[in-house]
Amino acid sequence: MAPGLASDDRSTLLVGFEAATDFDAPLAADRLTAAGVPFDVEGATVAFPGEYRADAAVTRLAHALERDEDAGEGRSTRQRLADRVRPHLGDAERVGFPAILGDAHVEDVRADLSERLDAEVFEIPTGPPSLPGIRLEDRLFEALDEAGVSMTTGNPVVDHETDADGRIERVYIDRNGARIPYRADAYVLATGGLVGKGVDSDRDGPREAVFGCHVPAPDDRMAWSGEGAFADHAFARFGVDPDDRLRPLDAGGSPEFANLFAAGGVVGGADVAREKSASGVSLATGLVAGRTAAEEA
Amino acid sequence: MSDGHDTHHTDDDCGCSDAEATRPAGEGAVPDGGTATEAGGEFEPVDVFDGSDMDLRPGADSCYKCTSCDTSCPVAEVDDSFPGPKFQGPEQWRLKRKEDTEIDDSIMGCSNCMRCDGACPSDVPLSQMHNSARGEYVDNQMDKLSREYIRNRILANYGTLARVGSKVPRLTNAVMGNSLVQKINEKVLGITAERDFPEFADETFRSWWKRRGGPKVHSEEKRIAYFHGDYANYNTVEVAKALVRVYEEFGYEILVPDQRCSGTPMFANGMLDDARRSAKVNVENLGDAIENGYDVVASCTSCSMALRQEYPEQFDLDGTETVAANTYDALEYLLVHENVIDPIRAVDGDQLDLPDFAYHAPCHSRNQGLDRQAVELFRHLDGVDVEDVGDSCSGISGTYGWKEEKYDYSMEIGEEMFEHMEHAEGETGMTECPTCSMQMEHGTGYEINHPLEVLEKALVDTDVEV
Ligand code: SF4
Ligand code: SF4
Repeated sequence: MAPGLASDDRSTLLVGFEAATDFDAPLAADRLTAAGVPFDVEGATVAFPGEYRADAAVTRLAHALERDEDAGEGRSTRQRLADRVRPHLGDAERVGFPAILGDAHVEDVRADLSERLDAEVFEIPTGPPSLPGIRLEDRLFEALDEAGVSMTTGNPVVDHETDADGRIERVYIDRNGARIPYRADAYVLATGGLVGKGVDSDRDGPREAVFGCHVPAPDDRMAWSGEGAFADHAFARFGVDPDDRLRPLDAGGSPEFANLFAAGGVVGGADVAREKSASGVSLATGLVAGRTAAEEA
Repeated sequence: MSDGHDTHHTDDDCGCSDAEATRPAGEGAVPDGGTATEAGGEFEPVDVFDGSDMDLRPGADSCYKCTSCDTSCPVAEVDDSFPGPKFQGPEQWRLKRKEDTEIDDSIMGCSNCMRCDGACPSDVPLSQMHNSARGEYVDNQMDKLSREYIRNRILANYGTLARVGSKVPRLTNAVMGNSLVQKINEKVLGITAERDFPEFADETFRSWWKRRGGPKVHSEEKRIAYFHGDYANYNTVEVAKALVRVYEEFGYEILVPDQRCSGTPMFANGMLDDARRSAKVNVENLGDAIENGYDVVASCTSCSMALRQEYPEQFDLDGTETVAANTYDALEYLLVHENVIDPIRAVDGDQLDLPDFAYHAPCHSRNQGLDRQAVELFRHLDGVDVEDVGDSCSGISGTYGWKEEKYDYSMEIGEEMFEHMEHAEGETGMTECPTCSMQMEHGTGYEINHPLEVLEKALVDTDVEV
C-alpha cells in the first residue's frame, strides 16, 4: 500500500471494477482532487477479466489474479487486466486497485502488474470482506504456530477460577453446554467493546462480560448518552480502565487480577468511532498487552 | 476476532442501517447497535443496553453483514451459481418472514460444511438456518421421484446400505469396486464413478467388540460410552479399536451403546425425518448411558458435531441438551481429563513405526474449536512430524463430493489441501473425519490415519507409563 501514499506527488490512476461496487474509482479520484492532493489523479472503471457473476466474491477475484487463471481468448487474468487498464494510463506513474490483488502471494501479483503496466501498482483498502485483514490474520496465525502457541477459536469463555492470590488460574470455555478448562500463566482480554459484546450492561451499569471487570460509568443513566446520534456519548467510551501495564483496574484503582491484560475495543476511555481511531487503539494496546502478558508467563 | 468487527463497525456503515430498517420502530436500539437513538423517536436509555429480547429475535437480525461467512464458504468460492451463506441464511430468512416465499433452490448447493457457522462473529445460527431451509425445500419443493431425491436419499442413508453390504464384505467390495457398477451408479443414480467406494472391513467393530467380550477394564469413576457411528463400525474398524485400546490404557470402562447413524449425511441432504428417527434412538440410548455415569465420546468429528449442535438446533427431543453437554470428541476428552502430554513426551518417536504426517483439520472439528488439538498434541512426540496443511476445506463434505454434478467442485475445493499435502514433509495423511480421509487419499494417494491410531502406537504399543 505504501506506493499509494497521499504525500507522494507522482500522478496516479485509480482503477475500480464493475463487479466490486464498493470502490468507485472516478468518484474517489474526484474527491482526492477536491481535497487538494499534491498529485494528478484520474479514475477508471473496468470489467474484471473472465466470466464472473455480477456480485462475485472478492476472494474469488483475488484467487483468479493470484493463480493467474485463464481469462479467455488464450490470455491470463493478469494479462487481460493489464490490457484493459493500459488505455486509461495516460502518464500515470502509479496505479491503485481495490485491495483484491491476491491473497498469500499479493506481492507477486503486484510486481507482475507493475511490470506489465510500467507503473507502480498499489492497493486501496476497502470494506469487508477485507483481503488485507485476511492476510494479516493468516500471518498472525502462522507466527503463533511457529512460536508453538496453542489456539482454539470459536467458543466463548464462560467462567474462570482464581487461586489464593487472586490470579486467574483457569478459564472455562463452553462447547454446546460442555465446560472445557484451559490454563495459562497470563490472559489477554480482547473481547471487543459494546458492539463486540465484550462489555455488557444492564440497569446496574456496564460491566466487562467475561471476568466481570469494573467499567467506569456515570451514576446517572441519563448521562450515558448525549443529544443526537453523533453526539459525544459517554457510552461510546465504556470499557475497562487499565493501568500502565494494561491490567484492568477495579473501582478502587488496583488491578482486578495480576495476570489479566486488556487490548482493543474492551479498553475504555476513547470514543473510537468519533476519533476514527479504532485500529490505532487496537494495535497499540494489543502490542503492549501482549508484551506485558509475556512478562508474566 | 470480534474485536476486528468492532473496529470496522465504528468507522463506516457496515450495514447496520439495514438491521435498523427491519426493526419495528419504537424498540429503540439493540446491544450491537448503540447508535439507534433516532430509531424510536423518543429516546429511552433503558433500552440501549437491554439485550433481554435479543434471544427471541430471529437470528437473522443479528447479522451485521460483515461477510465473514461468505469469505469462509468453500462452495461460493468455486461454484458461481451458489450465492453464499449470507444470502442462504439471514437474507433468505428475512425474506421468508415478510412473505411466505419458497426456499431458493440454491440451498441444495450448500455442502453443510458449517464453516460459515463457525465464522460468524455475531452468533447468527447459520447452520440451523441452512438445515431448516434445506429440510423445508426437500419436503415441499423436491420431486420425490426425481433421480436427485432418490440418489440423495441413498447417500444419506449410507448406514442402511452398509448394514446389508457388510454382511458379505468381500462380495460387496468386489461389486462396488467393479468399474461397470460404478458407471451404472453414475449414469442411473448420479453417484460419481470417479471415486472408489470405501471398502467394508471383514468384521464390523460391533462384532469384534462382542467377540472380545466387551470391556476389559472396569471402573466406577472413569466411564465412557463410545459413539462410533457407521463408518468406524463398517469401514475403518481399526480407528474404533484404537479408541478402545487407548481409553482402556488410561483406565476407562467402555460402553458401546446401541446407536444409529449420527444423522450428518441426512442433515446435509435435507432428510430431516430420517435424521430425527436416528437422533431419537441415539439421544435415548446415550441419555441412559449418561445417567449411569458415562460421558459420550465420538471418534468422528461430524458425529460429535451432530450430537452436540445439530440435534439441539433441529429437534426438540427429551434429553437432547443433556446429551449435547456430555458429548466430546475422543481426543478432546482425553486432553481434558488425562495427562496425555507427559507420556507422549516420554516416548521416543524414532523408535516407533510411525511416519511423518500431513494433518488436515475437518471443517466439523473446526466448528467445535478442535482444529488444532492434534497438531498441538503431537508437537510433543519427538521424531514424528505432524504438519497442519492449512485451513482449507477438503471439499468432500460427506456426501457432497459423491454427487456426480458436484464432483468437479469438490476436487477444486480440495486442490489447496492436496497442494499443501504434497508440500508437507509427511507422506501419510492424518485427520479425524472419515470422508475427509477419503478425499485426502483420493487426491494424493496417501494412506490416511486417525490421531487415535497414532496415540495407540505411541502409548499402548510401547511400555510408557500413562
Ligand atoms: S451472518 Fe454473521 S458472518 Fe455472515 S454477514 Fe451476517 S454477521 Fe457476518
Ligand atoms: S455450510 Fe459450508 S457450503 Fe454451506 S453455506 Fe456454509 S460455508 Fe457454504
